[in-house]
Amino acid sequence: MKTLLIKNAYVIDPIQNINGETMDIAVRDGKIVDDVKNPDEVIDAQGMLTLPGGIDSHTHFSGTKVNFGRYMSPEDMRAGRTSRKGDMHATAGYSVPTTYGNSYRYAKMGYTTLLEGAMAPMEARHTHEEFRYTPLQDCLANTLFDGNWFALQAIQDGDIKRLAGVLAWYLSASKGFGVKLTNPGGTEAWGFGKDVSCINEPIPRFGITPREIIVKMIEANEMLNLPHSVHLHCNNLGKPGNYMCTLDTYDAIPDLNDKRQSLYSTHVQFHSYGGSSWKDFCSKAEDIARSVNDKPHIVIDTGQVMFGKTTTMTADGPMEFNLYRLYHNKWSNHDVEMETGSGVIPVQYKKKNLVNAIMWSIGLELGLLVDDPWRCILATDNPNGAPFVKYPEVMALLMSKEYRDKEFATLHKSTGKRVILPSLERELTWNEIAIMTRSAQARALGLVDYGKGYLGEGAEADIAIYPIDVATTDPTRDYERIINGFSSTEYTIKRGEVVCRRGTCTPEGNHATYWVKPHVSPKYDMSTDSTFIDDFNRYYSIRMANYPIGEEYIGRNVCMETEASI
Amino acid sequence: MQEIKDMVCPFCGCLCDDVTLEIENGEIVATDNCCAIGNAKFLGKNRLKNPIKKVDGKWVDITYDEAIDTAVDILLDADRPLLFGWSGTHGEAQCVGVHMNEILGGVIDSTTSVCHGPSILAIQEVGHPGCTLGQVKNRADLIIYWGCNPIEAHPRHMSRYTTYADGYFLDNAFRNRKVIVVDVRETETSNVADEFIRIKPGGDYAVLSSLRAILRGKGDMIPDSVAGVTKTQLIQVAEMCKTCKFGALFFGVGLTMAKGKYKNVRNAIEFVDDLNRHTKFTLTPMRGHWNVYGANEVMSWMTGYPYAVDFCRGVAFYNPGETTAVDILARKECDACMIVGSDPAAHFPHSCVEQLRDIPMIVIDPFQTMTTTLADLQIPVAVTGIDAEGTAYRMDGVPLKVKKAIDSDYPSDTEILTRIYDIMLEVKGL
Ligand code: SF4
Ligand SMILES: [Zn+2]
Repeated sequence: MKTLLIKNAYVIDPIQNINGETMDIAVRDGKIVDDVKNPDEVIDAQGMLTLPGGIDSHTHFSGTKVNFGRYMSPEDMRAGRTSRKGDMHATAGYSVPTTYGNSYRYAKMGYTTLLEGAMAPMEARHTHEEFRYTPLQDCLANTLFDGNWFALQAIQDGDIKRLAGVLAWYLSASKGFGVKLTNPGGTEAWGFGKDVSCINEPIPRFGITPREIIVKMIEANEMLNLPHSVHLHCNNLGKPGNYMCTLDTYDAIPDLNDKRQSLYSTHVQFHSYGGSSWKDFCSKAEDIARSVNDKPHIVIDTGQVMFGKTTTMTADGPMEFNLYRLYHNKWSNHDVEMETGSGVIPVQYKKKNLVNAIMWSIGLELGLLVDDPWRCILATDNPNGAPFVKYPEVMALLMSKEYRDKEFATLHKSTGKRVILPSLERELTWNEIAIMTRSAQARALGLVDYGKGYLGEGAEADIAIYPIDVATTDPTRDYERIINGFSSTEYTIKRGEVVCRRGTCTPEGNHATYWVKPHVSPKYDMSTDSTFIDDFNRYYSIRMANYPIGEEYIGRNVCMETEASI
Repeated sequence: MQEIKDMVCPFCGCLCDDVTLEIENGEIVATDNCCAIGNAKFLGKNRLKNPIKKVDGKWVDITYDEAIDTAVDILLDADRPLLFGWSGTHGEAQCVGVHMNEILGGVIDSTTSVCHGPSILAIQEVGHPGCTLGQVKNRADLIIYWGCNPIEAHPRHMSRYTTYADGYFLDNAFRNRKVIVVDVRETETSNVADEFIRIKPGGDYAVLSSLRAILRGKGDMIPDSVAGVTKTQLIQVAEMCKTCKFGALFFGVGLTMAKGKYKNVRNAIEFVDDLNRHTKFTLTPMRGHWNVYGANEVMSWMTGYPYAVDFCRGVAFYNPGETTAVDILARKECDACMIVGSDPAAHFPHSCVEQLRDIPMIVIDPFQTMTTTLADLQIPVAVTGIDAEGTAYRMDGVPLKVKKAIDSDYPSDTEILTRIYDIMLEVKGL
């Protein structure tokens, strides 16, 4: 039994209502305990900001499309190479790092838990293979259902219990964590090169609307008592004027859970656009934020864009094709039969490009206009808006009006006419930044019950100790110190072990895969449902027997069992 | 007799996963659903017996422990080791190979460099509009096979995924789907095509460019015949492509290795890209070995590059044409090599094979091959899909677990490679 004592830590732990107290943290056997006698290891964290380990609740770091981003982009690989050093493996890649690259760089920033935003269940095995080589973080994966034939069929038949049964089977079979919808209905339409452009427009073959898909999925999700809510990438991503669609979507969301949100709406920056074309493109962050402020059952992440080169990747195949027709760089597409789509293209966001400058502003506006930081998560939809290594800059921008103004002055000159960012005085506090980078994620994902996101007794000892002295740092002025401090921890601790010290990582971090297993009654158990089995074997190109991911793929894991109401 | 269903065939990139095996006295005695070449592998008899090592030009029996020590010595003693093959083993073993290469500072490359390497170069320039094979099966009403002969090389491709496969959106798959075959010669596949485009050798690029010109309304520029193909046929084919509901282009080494190489593939990708402005169209390389695509996947996530990765400077360095196995051998740079699950002696240019013969060579393989005869050390292993298991990636990127059917005393590739790697770590104090 290994013990560790962190002394004199300056702790901010919003879940426990600790807002800047100097205290000791004791760890035994990977968990936080009340006290330890004669600890094996002592860390003096005097004058260092100490937070629960960072959680990224929407990032693309493992699986088919991520790896395609690497495969097709030697130029990106060249841009981020390190050699083997001590126990650390070689890494490569800037916007799509290799698995070790992701793991080390996230660890350096104090992140200890990552949710892969989009996993096609048919290719889940690949995601889990990459998790195995992401050794310093706990990994979870959202399972895609936006174009799932069995799910859409159940909705068409009005059988929500069967829908829940379908979700349950796929989640367990793919060792997934949450229900993800990417452009619901649109990815199925993309099977024949089409898209949907309105949540009230019936989709091909099934004749149901995206609105029905979203609402029914939320109902089914709640029948399964899953830790997380439905996780939605709205329709019409990236299109001028799409904020109306986003608002309509939010208006349709029922409030079905009193413990957490009923909808997690991801990368909302990409869905907050006004205008009727790129010519009159403008920010509608105020309208979106107002809607979110009114609806306590919705949580968003911002999907911040930062300037520079990156790679976009999403299950939203039609969107990527549209984007490609704007950028004309290179385009990869990968439809997954009966389930979803995906696309990958490299992009560069430029300060002098008016559209890009507006996008950058919208992300920050959302972060400042949503009142409740518990419902506004900081993320870049890594790497779509920017690679995750940019998070410290995003934090600094949200904390300092001076820094925002300085950056804003370098943008395309017309930006000010299309956004309201310069008029926003709010500067986020340390506590709010802590909420938006770990505590809100833990709560939104339902991981607090599993010991994540706080530093109280019984919690997992996932701890980030930053070389930032809060007492002598004024975040509104010292934004360089904020960026440097959040970029590299003094210590990152995973399950009680120091896995990263000033950027130097250990080979293994005792990481685990978290997945859900809802228990449903035999009537809704698809593994014995003859229609399901027959159609599966008829229309998939692999056998149902070869589909589920065995435990051998997930190593150390936490199975989150739930009792479904069906 | 015991029957096992839904087994995965470890022969070609189709990775058919509906094979039935009949087992008697711990041996596979028959297969069902399998094609002839897959069947031959399941029933294959020419297994290597035990580790052997060449001493003064003679083979000597050794134990696995001795074989592992010898392999470690050979690799650690080399200045420029090459770890080649990988398309005939499972992903878990490939991962160990990458780790090993990192501490050796060697070159790791797969058979990709002699089959679809040019396809990857083209994809790295212009991307890849693709899909899983079931998407084709359920939707495609037009199939193009370009420079490949699936009836011979991927015998169940047409029945499982394309021409003869029942699909959701087609009431009569065979009648509703049109098949176009493009090749320099008649083949069994061209004989069943609705449209056969016979191209003069080396004419693929020109034909693709002509089709693209017609699509873009520039048909006037096209002469009456392009590389032996009449303008009338080109116009007709362009029309078929443009008006189908879902088209799928499959291509093989007939395109990637013909004159023009990666430029041909780039043109094919851009043709498909153009077609997506009219309808839905996808493209898929017909990957040959059952897990060659897996080797690309594993190397991409572990090193950042899909093949031909050189670690001699500590960081991953990738430059096909320089860091590819054939080039390293042809330049006689390589001074020791380890071959895992492939038979380069049967496929490499003569000068490369000579170099392989002249340097210390370790071969890890279940079967006798041309390469095993040239080896200095043979380490027999279990066959993934028969007496070993592991992950493989189908030609469309779908990962499958290749299961084990019987037990044997042979160690798996992963076991052997891990033992070699562990000793290396120990020797290097890592
Ligand atoms: S087509 Fe390929 S994978 Fe399928 S049975 Fe034949 S050899 Fe095996
Ligand atoms: Zn995303």
